[in-house]
Amino acid sequence: MMEPSAYLILSGILFAIGAVGVVARKNALIILMSVELMLNGVNVAFVAVGSYLGDPTGGIFAFMVMTVAAAEAAVGLSILIAIYRLKETIDITELSVLKW
Amino acid sequence: MVGPLSNIHEYLWLILAFPLAGVVLNGIIALVAERPLLLPADDHGHDDHGHGGHGDEHGAHHETPGYRKLVAFIAPAMIFAAFVVALLSVIQLAQMPAESRTVVQTLFTWIQSGGLSVSVALQLDPLSSVMILVVTGVGFLIHVYSVGYMSHEPAFARFFFYLNLFMFSMLTLVLGSSYLLMFVGWEGVGLCSYLLIGFWYEKDSASTAGKKAFVVNRVGDFGFLLAMFLVFWNFGTLNYTDVMARIPALQHSGILTAGLATAITLLMFVGATGKSAQIPLYIWLPDAMEGPTPVSALIHAATMVTAGVYMVARSNALFMLAPFTMGTVAVIGAATAIFAASMGICQKDIKRVLAYSTVSQLGYMFLACGVGAFTAGVFHLMTHAFFKALLFLGSGSVIHAMSGEQDMMKMGSLRKHTPITFYTMFIGTLAIAGIPGLAGFFSKDEILWKAYSSSHGSPVLWAVAAVAAGTTAFYMFRLIFLTFFGASRIDKEVEKHVHESPFSMTIPLMVLAVLSICGGWIGVPAALGGLNHFEKWLEPIFEGGHKAAAVATEALSHGATAAVHGAAAHHDPMEFILMGASVAVALFGIAIAYYLYMVRPEKPAKIAEANPNLYRLVYNKYFVDELYEWLIIRRIVNGSVWLWQMFDVQFIDAMVNGVAKTVRSAGDETRKIQTGVVGNYAFSILLGAVFIVGYLIWR
Amino acid sequence: MEPILFTLFGAIAVGGALLVVTRKNPMSAAISLILSLFAVAALFVLRQAHFLAAIQVIVYAGAVVVLFIFVIMLINVPENRLPVEKLTVYRLLGVVAAGLLMIEGAVASRNFSAPAAAVNEAGSVEAVGRALFTDYLLAFEVTSVLLLAAVVGATVLAKKKI
Repeated sequence: MMEPSAYLILSGILFAIGAVGVVARKNALIILMSVELMLNGVNVAFVAVGSYLGDPTGGIFAFMVMTVAAAEAAVGLSILIAIYRLKETIDITELSVLKW
Repeated sequence: MVGPLSNIHEYLWLILAFPLAGVVLNGIIALVAERPLLLPADDHGHDDHGHGGHGDEHGAHHETPGYRKLVAFIAPAMIFAAFVVALLSVIQLAQMPAESRTVVQTLFTWIQSGGLSVSVALQLDPLSSVMILVVTGVGFLIHVYSVGYMSHEPAFARFFFYLNLFMFSMLTLVLGSSYLLMFVGWEGVGLCSYLLIGFWYEKDSASTAGKKAFVVNRVGDFGFLLAMFLVFWNFGTLNYTDVMARIPALQHSGILTAGLATAITLLMFVGATGKSAQIPLYIWLPDAMEGPTPVSALIHAATMVTAGVYMVARSNALFMLAPFTMGTVAVIGAATAIFAASMGICQKDIKRVLAYSTVSQLGYMFLACGVGAFTAGVFHLMTHAFFKALLFLGSGSVIHAMSGEQDMMKMGSLRKHTPITFYTMFIGTLAIAGIPGLAGFFSKDEILWKAYSSSHGSPVLWAVAAVAAGTTAFYMFRLIFLTFFGASRIDKEVEKHVHESPFSMTIPLMVLAVLSICGGWIGVPAALGGLNHFEKWLEPIFEGGHKAAAVATEALSHGATAAVHGAAAHHDPMEFILMGASVAVALFGIAIAYYLYMVRPEKPAKIAEANPNLYRLVYNKYFVDELYEWLIIRRIVNGSVWLWQMFDVQFIDAMVNGVAKTVRSAGDETRKIQTGVVGNYAFSILLGAVFIVGYLIWR
Repeated sequence: MEPILFTLFGAIAVGGALLVVTRKNPMSAAISLILSLFAVAALFVLRQAHFLAAIQVIVYAGAVVVLFIFVIMLINVPENRLPVEKLTVYRLLGVVAAGLLMIEGAVASRNFSAPAAAVNEAGSVEAVGRALFTDYLLAFEVTSVLLLAAVVGATVLAKKKI
């Protein structure tokens, strides 16, 4: 029998690693993957808590998160393709036309 | 009376509703049809095309556009309808027993706040009935006259919009049943006066005169407001009937002392001096002649300027408790009468002569009120409304004939060209001069007699008023002689166009002339065998004041009976002597005018040359305007300039600019946060999440 | 048994995640992401969430990451044009902030305790399906709208000529 907090702490670790990837990387592809990591971390928490409480709602939430993640990945990647066609770069620090 | 109109007093509100309907209709027409006039000059040509369709089916250039005909019908018709309702109401009022002749119709509750409850209610009693008849009657005639007089005016609908609005405000003033409602009308007529004086706002002098009238009136309004506060504070109500009813109780409980009554009434009188152009606030009225002549006749002669007299008469019960105020009112009235009359002597502008004459006649009314003869004051108010409106409209007709010329030195021999105007104006002049048999004689003579005989009066007041009466006769006949008699001094170019005015202008003149003759007959004093219906009619209004004063006097003199009202009861031979004397003075004034302007026309110039300083002093109105300018306006302007340069520029502006500069530099610095790099924004979100989660955990 | 498996798959998941955020080459990162996702799927199985585990493998590891790999190969950024990533104070701050968030998460979940009924069928296909088509029917339907919008948006954005 595992302590439920172990899953939650694992979830936090995955989320934090994903956050590091989003904040610290310049490569837009890696950033999108890191977003997936963060969502996954959240899913771990949902599923674990749902199973400990015997409530399918946690699973439902994880399901919804996955749907959103899939949609987000599709749209994000197509934006990326459009940007790459236009600017020949995937470095997000070079995409700063909206500053000031 | 049977049927739906069996009780006309339930329809009092119609007296206000009709002019209000005129305001709304004419306002809409002015906004829709005269819009091009409101736009800057460049747009005129463009918009005028759009209005071709509004004209007659003939489409000719000089046809009156349809909307002008509509306005010319609506505006007088609404006032006439109000007049009819007013007349029916007064007739029914007259059929009621004398003691119960006070009808109050409550329309709706206006303000409900703590102890203050003000409902919009109309009060019809003998005093307000006189006022509404004068206002609607004379107002209707002047509306008809204006249709002719203003026929060449582009802003036709706007003019009648203002005029109707004035009628509505004035009727609110006289019909309202409380001081607050009177104040609403008081401010309303002030606004309309401002708008109409500055009607030709493109003219600099007109807009300046409008502002002057507004500002000077504001000084008076301040006094009225304070008086109202005092009344509410001590009486707990602003309704006339309640205030009057509570006077005896408050006298007994010692709250309503002579001092309090003096304070209230003096403040009220300050308001009256502003609105009714008395010393020291009379200076706006002569300048108000910049407005169109019908406006001068309606607002600045017949109705609005008498609002002060109406207020004093309305508050007679309070005034009677304040002997000091009564004395002040009488002295100010008499002083204004003689002072303004002397200023009228030298004026060359025909309307300015009449303006000073108005100030002087208003002085008479206040003199009457000041000596306790409120009836005489209101009586003179009424007759003055007739003959002064007549004189103003006549002068307007003269100006109309002279293509806008107002200088009497450039007139003369006009009686051949404009006979109707001449005869009607001559009747008006006889009336104002106090020739026996005409309206002005009865009212003025009653004032003179009361000034002498009343317990508040004195021979000095009588003498001053009598001299003023002689002066009045002199300058009025000077006006007539300069305008209608003698050799023509008219410009050749102008003389070709001299013509009698159209019927829409002359008919009101004739009606007013008849009224100037007959108007006084309802108040023929008992001494001349008359029944003095007018005094009996108003008696219920004023006996309350006499009673209250009797109580106060009793309290002072420990039961000694005071003869407050008894002076006129018996036929004093003195009354006939004084009557004769005043007529003699008037005839003397006329004779001098005849001698100076008919027999020896070159003489006045010589007299002026012989006394250059005196002439300059009088011609420039004793330099009162300049004195005020130097004494008050200059001080205020200097103070304002100092405030502007020191306080505004160096403090307020610096503060405002400082805030702007701070915000700007802060923005300059903080905009650098917006790097446009997505990662930085993500970092901000992360940081925010850290703080929020941290707060949720460790709060 | 569970603690051992948890430790194993947890370590794989964290290790894969670390590889994702540290690889310079996006392709290596994508492969590491698959690793991490598979480990998470195993954790789901551990919690008896069989349905979600299957979805995780099919949709996430199967579809989403394959999409990533497609894109990586499609745009095919040359090695020398990949962004040069240096250690800066700003990035360090980012790592610190993420670490703080993790610590906060740990502190918040420290006292979470579950009732004794440990093993249950809440994550089974039947239970999730029942909940999905009864209580959460509307949300489920709305999901289809979201996916449709994503499809349309992705197509329009990736078109050569907009």
